[in-house]
Amino acid sequence: MAQPRVTIVGAGPAGTRAAELLVAAGLHPLLVDEAADNGGQIYRRQPAGFRRPPAALYGTEAGRATALHASFDALRGRIEHWPESLAWNLRDGVLHVLRGERSHALPFDALILATGATDRLIPLPGWTLPGVFTLGGAQIALKAQACAIGRRVAFLGSGPLLYLVAAQYAKAGAEVAAVLDTAPAGARWRALPLMAARPALLAKGAALLARLRRAGVPVHRGVTPLRLCPDASGARLGGIAFRQADGREAVLDCDASGLGWHLRAETQLAGLAGCGFDFDRASRQWLPRIDADGRSEVPGLYMAGDGVRLLGADGAEIAGRLAALAVLRDLGFAPPAGADPAALRRRRQAMDRFRRGLAIAFPWPAQLVAGLPDETLVCRCEAITAGELRRSAGALDAPEVNRAKAFSRVGMGRCQGRMCGLAGAEILAAARGVPVEEVGRLRGQAPVKPLPVAALREEEA
Amino acid sequence: MSDNRADVLVLGGGLMGAATAFFLRRRGLSVILLERGLVGQQASGVNFGNVRRQGRFPPQLPLANRSRALWGQLPELLGEDIEFLPSGHLRVAYTDEAAGMMEAYREAARPYGLKLEVLSGNAVRARFPWLSAEVRAGSWSAEDGHANPRLAAPAFARAARRAGARIEENTEVLAIEREAAGWRLDAADGRAFRAPVLQVSAGAWGGRLAAQLGEPVPIVVRGPQMGVTEPVPYALTPVLGVTATVVGEVIYLRQVTRGNIVFGGVGHGPADLDTCRARVEPAITLRQFIQLRRMVPALGALRIIRTWSGIEGYMHDEIPVMGPSARWPDLFYAFGFCGAGFQLGPGVGDVMAELIAAGRSTTPIEPFHIARFAAKAA
Repeated sequence: MAQPRVTIVGAGPAGTRAAELLVAAGLHPLLVDEAADNGGQIYRRQPAGFRRPPAALYGTEAGRATALHASFDALRGRIEHWPESLAWNLRDGVLHVLRGERSHALPFDALILATGATDRLIPLPGWTLPGVFTLGGAQIALKAQACAIGRRVAFLGSGPLLYLVAAQYAKAGAEVAAVLDTAPAGARWRALPLMAARPALLAKGAALLARLRRAGVPVHRGVTPLRLCPDASGARLGGIAFRQADGREAVLDCDASGLGWHLRAETQLAGLAGCGFDFDRASRQWLPRIDADGRSEVPGLYMAGDGVRLLGADGAEIAGRLAALAVLRDLGFAPPAGADPAALRRRRQAMDRFRRGLAIAFPWPAQLVAGLPDETLVCRCEAITAGELRRSAGALDAPEVNRAKAFSRVGMGRCQGRMCGLAGAEILAAARGVPVEEVGRLRGQAPVKPLPVAALREEEA
Repeated sequence: MSDNRADVLVLGGGLMGAATAFFLRRRGLSVILLERGLVGQQASGVNFGNVRRQGRFPPQLPLANRSRALWGQLPELLGEDIEFLPSGHLRVAYTDEAAGMMEAYREAARPYGLKLEVLSGNAVRARFPWLSAEVRAGSWSAEDGHANPRLAAPAFARAARRAGARIEENTEVLAIEREAAGWRLDAADGRAFRAPVLQVSAGAWGGRLAAQLGEPVPIVVRGPQMGVTEPVPYALTPVLGVTATVVGEVIYLRQVTRGNIVFGGVGHGPADLDTCRARVEPAITLRQFIQLRRMVPALGALRIIRTWSGIEGYMHDEIPVMGPSARWPDLFYAFGFCGAGFQLGPGVGDVMAELIAAGRSTTPIEPFHIARFAAKAA
């Protein structure tokens, strides 16, 4: 058959491995990515002219990062790479991509979405103070710019990234005020049977903790964050007020903090394409419905990586390969020599066990979110408080998130709920007295991210 | 009321149905409103939010005037703010031909009491300096404005409920039956609702119901193509529109006081009555950008953050169906408002309640009678 049009969105681990496999099978895919170069968020490359060695940038992940970058460099010229390009809409078998000032309508025979994830956040009182970052943001400052987010940095949240970023900061020479983990100390032991599926990762986690201990970083488990406090000027972060596991309240002095509770999948393109979604209990979020290889219910649409199943970078590499093999099979192409989808699926299964273990070891504190004080700013784009959201649930009788959005504007702003949506759903569900899955999924609208009014149609001069 | 009987059943909980229920209660009639989903979820909730009279088919102006008077009283009537802002409404023309159409419309509207000021390009730019050099003329309607469509119909329904109406959401009606004592509506959940009088105010779905009741009408469904920019300082005070001979040049926009600029126009997208979904055509969004920049060049520096659509019913003659049935004395219609019903909503509710309760309307609505289609078919 003629060369099919295969497009990949996202040049992280999943997108890169998918492209590599498609090229090995003789195809010439188009790879669209928002970043200036490949690597995704996890293996983000430093800007041209920056010369920090990989070990300094990626720490324990340096080997994987350099391997992925080398694979990508080998693909240059054999794929069409559109960096700094925004896939802003997807419908009826056409992907709409803003590249420079021009929007391109790109029909495809197969499309692999490898859109990754962002930090899952809790809109704590004071979270909009300057100095408050996400964990991912704090890590990117380090990886992309070799900068720390502050002089004395605290990390608050739960999940492996919390410890990884804290250890990376400590290694880079930043003062780490403390790690505040909302997970109770005992939770990790309950998760051990599932997490034993990936012993190497367990060992890596233990090594991170040891490094933090050697660096003298206090680690508090089972904390309840109360608020992010301003400094004396009132203009930026000065500390974090929290309740310790033993019930005592304390304020940790810091001038910057990184926040995050695992990740949330970037699913807007899947939603715009009309994919079905299921509520995933482990991650307490709605994820696109796919088969074992990443096929969605929409013909020609495939998904891989953290944008569809939150398995981390290694899992994303496997998922990217599986999705590419599914594309080849569905388009009638022979897989490249040595491809073994059954083995890939088995490895991913172990990762999925580990993922479920992580959700037990580092649980999302739904009760904390549901109980945020009324005056807390939930939606920072539209400046809407938890109290206003509760009013839409109560007096205005909104039974689900899209109705609450229509009334309260939570999720209606620039980020369309990417930052506040999951927390907003917990608040709404608690106010309605129903499980969070019953208040539904926030429907995204195009554009996936803000689109300039100056954008031109491709045929315009 | 527990026996699911009332004086009036209202089928369809958009703005028209919710407003009718509210005004029926003010006239002392008992009413049950049946809505398949949630009140104001379809066209009533997703439209542009124009409270505009200028540009309407002139015989519709008495109804629009009555509605405009009600808009000014809504905060008191409903006990809620639905963000009505009588900011003024400006239409611009890019050609002398379009400027001539404006002057002709100003004369046609005058007998109905709508005062319009047609200004030259320079005069309109002196007032609104952000308009582009391409604007040749402007037509200014001082008392028109805009409001928040997401809030309007639900606010009417809540006020109606507080006044004693029954608002039954998530109640899909499967069958309309004629009984000796009036009408019976059978809901999907097994309940039957009865009343001597029925109003069909089911928006884009009104055509199917009218056909079922023996009065087919020519209606098509389309989706408005809406978008909104990021918030910027409040500067574009009037609602803006275009008078043109080509629909592709017609953009409309308004800035809300919190800063976002809502826009629509240039074309329509497809809409589906069965899936209840309508989507924005990406190509139309990009064509809207051209017209936004053409009218207010500074908009080229902004970004849009969201687009949306909905399901609207358009009659072939661009005139709504409103008034009594031609077949049944106890059946009334208010649907098919052709993408221009939002401003009319309060007036339609008031007039329909008057028509049902008093047997006549003090505002002329003959041009909207459903019989006009039967006459053409015959």
